[in-house]
Amino acid sequence: MTTAKKNALFSLFASVQLALLLLFLLASTAIIGTIIPQNNPAAFYVERYGFKTARFFQLLDIQDMYNSWWFLGLLTLFAVNLIVCSAERIPQVIRLVRRNNLTVTPEQLAKFPLRSERHHSGNLAAVAAQAALVLKRHGWRAQAIPTESGQMYGAEKGKWSRFGVYLVHCSILVILAGTLLGSSAVAQKIFRDPLYAFKGSIMLPEEEATDHVLASKGGERLDLGFTLRCDDFAIEYYGNGMPKTYRSKVTVLEHGAPVQSAEIEVNRPLTYKGITFYQSNYQPLQDYQVVLKKQDKSAETTARIPVATQIDWLEGGISYGIINLERQGEVTRRLKIWFTDNQGEPSVFWVHVGQEAAIERPSGTYLLTIQQRYATGLQAAKDPGVWLVYSGCLLMLAGLYIAFFLSHRKVYVFIQPQATGCHLLFAGDANKNRVGFEKYFIKLINKLENKG
Amino acid sequence: MDSSQLFGIAMIAYLLAAAFYLGLFLFKTERIGLIGTLLTLAGICAQTAAIGLRWHESYQMGIGHVPLTNMYESLVFFSWCTACFYLALEYRFKTRVMGVFVMACVTAAMAYASFSDRIDSKISPLIPALQSDWLIAHVVTCFIGYAAFAVAGALGLLYLIRQAAGNRPERSGPSLADTLPSLRVIDDLTHKTIVFGFIWLSAGIVTGAVWANEAWGTYWSWDPKETWSIITWFLYAMTLHARFTRGWQGQRIAWLAMLGFVAVFFTYFGVNFLLSGLHSYGSV
Repeated sequence: MTTAKKNALFSLFASVQLALLLLFLLASTAIIGTIIPQNNPAAFYVERYGFKTARFFQLLDIQDMYNSWWFLGLLTLFAVNLIVCSAERIPQVIRLVRRNNLTVTPEQLAKFPLRSERHHSGNLAAVAAQAALVLKRHGWRAQAIPTESGQMYGAEKGKWSRFGVYLVHCSILVILAGTLLGSSAVAQKIFRDPLYAFKGSIMLPEEEATDHVLASKGGERLDLGFTLRCDDFAIEYYGNGMPKTYRSKVTVLEHGAPVQSAEIEVNRPLTYKGITFYQSNYQPLQDYQVVLKKQDKSAETTARIPVATQIDWLEGGISYGIINLERQGEVTRRLKIWFTDNQGEPSVFWVHVGQEAAIERPSGTYLLTIQQRYATGLQAAKDPGVWLVYSGCLLMLAGLYIAFFLSHRKVYVFIQPQATGCHLLFAGDANKNRVGFEKYFIKLINKLENKG
Repeated sequence: MDSSQLFGIAMIAYLLAAAFYLGLFLFKTERIGLIGTLLTLAGICAQTAAIGLRWHESYQMGIGHVPLTNMYESLVFFSWCTACFYLALEYRFKTRVMGVFVMACVTAAMAYASFSDRIDSKISPLIPALQSDWLIAHVVTCFIGYAAFAVAGALGLLYLIRQAAGNRPERSGPSLADTLPSLRVIDDLTHKTIVFGFIWLSAGIVTGAVWANEAWGTYWSWDPKETWSIITWFLYAMTLHARFTRGWQGQRIAWLAMLGFVAVFFTYFGVNFLLSGLHSYGSV
């Protein structure tokens, strides 16, 4: 590649025009994925948009557009643009910050946009000393600037604020780096370790344990390196029937021995060995947990029973079964029980899930509690890049504050002896928010004048 | 007195304020404008009390939570933020005349919240997904941003009106242009408001990402609400770059401020009503 071509390419990537174009393209193409449903099976798109359009979608990865080659390509170009653009400008800013910005001649001072001239009756030495003192008191580190006549002081503040905008640019790169580090695709294809970063899920029935989860994309098995057991899943409701809490009680086991028990709720995940488990959904199971005992406590049994099957409790001489049920959504609310001790007519009655029912029989009183069984749906995620993303976010907020609210400000006072007293020239400049600086500048001048 | 009556009073105060600001716009009498300001202040006071009362009422119902959890409450909070932001701007920059646009927008939001069939004003308990400390941080940061962008959009409109009025041939009597602040002032104010909104929108996206990671294990999932918020962010980032590096000013920025508000509006409303996604609790 020739130098000229190289330079042309470099200046293209260093240009703000490209940044504007890329921002526009990112913003406008991102709309597509909010209108066309994402990550559905191929048949969905054929049915909804027709065969030809679906083919076209497949070509452009529209069904998963935020991970498509062209969208990631745009993001890559955006990152390169940010790097090149900052790499070109940061050295200029470093030079600007390091050089002495205060060197100025009285002629240049007279051309400052913000300036004010006054007369003072004191003598040069006294006025100069006072001016230096007042500047110092207001946080300005005044430097004496050599001039041929009189005395000149200059001071500057906030020159580092010129880096604010690059801090924001840098923060975007940090965030992008964090997303790469935490990406399951990168873990698989570059680190060749699918367990380095992943998103997965598992549907875990109560009282069962798992040593793996299934990857969200692709569904392959991901070994946790430990075992997670679901001890219990429960839903609590508000008075109006809205769900209040979804709660899984889980135990972590290492080599079969329990090491940690925890409750996982929505917004209250469990992290163990870098893997975080989130409550995401649940599934009612087809069988029910039954606790049946005689009131005199002479006998007790527990069982898991399916619907419409006669269960015989031989020890108690009882036969029972579920003959009907009432659901709200997928969750069972009431069950109709058939119950007999083979003496007289069988009892048939409705019982609410989780409530104890007392059954009077010729052979005695029996207590029956029946519970819905669930499988809890847990998301599992391991994201080693998340700390980078969060640091990038903090960096961005700090950078935005610095870039927009802090400015590089300079003030000068030039004192010249006159026949009586001295002539004062105040001048100032700020690279941002000149209106705000002007107000401050006027206040400062009044202080200088009154004291000086 | 309950919170809904107080919200009604606030809405009437805002409506009257909009009318008086319109009076200022048409008749150019400062005293009319002052009444507009006082009415806005009264509206904000009533609404603040109403929000506090609604908060209290939710505790009395035994389902206490911050009133920022459904479309009704978010619209109310949006209009409160916008009114507060506007009043602060009026105080700081001593310019009343855009009040008519802002207060019309505030009144419209309140009226829509109160009268639309699609919006339920009942206090309902907090679903598990919203039971988080991040709720307040996320909603408040986003809505300060939205409020600023609403005001920036109004300023953009004002700029275009002022420009059109200024271009009209001289007629007898004072023209509209005389009462409006100069184009330079409006332009500067628009820019500052966008900058302010941009920082809060960024903070809103960040708090949303952190919360999503806490609740679902993924800080970014390209759900429509997230995507539209980043589209809005890109749009304002473009506006700021166009101004800083290409020297865009005046009319172009005014149009971008209004386009930006359209994106904000879609992020806020359009996504909830037209698209489906994780943010569905905002839709009722």
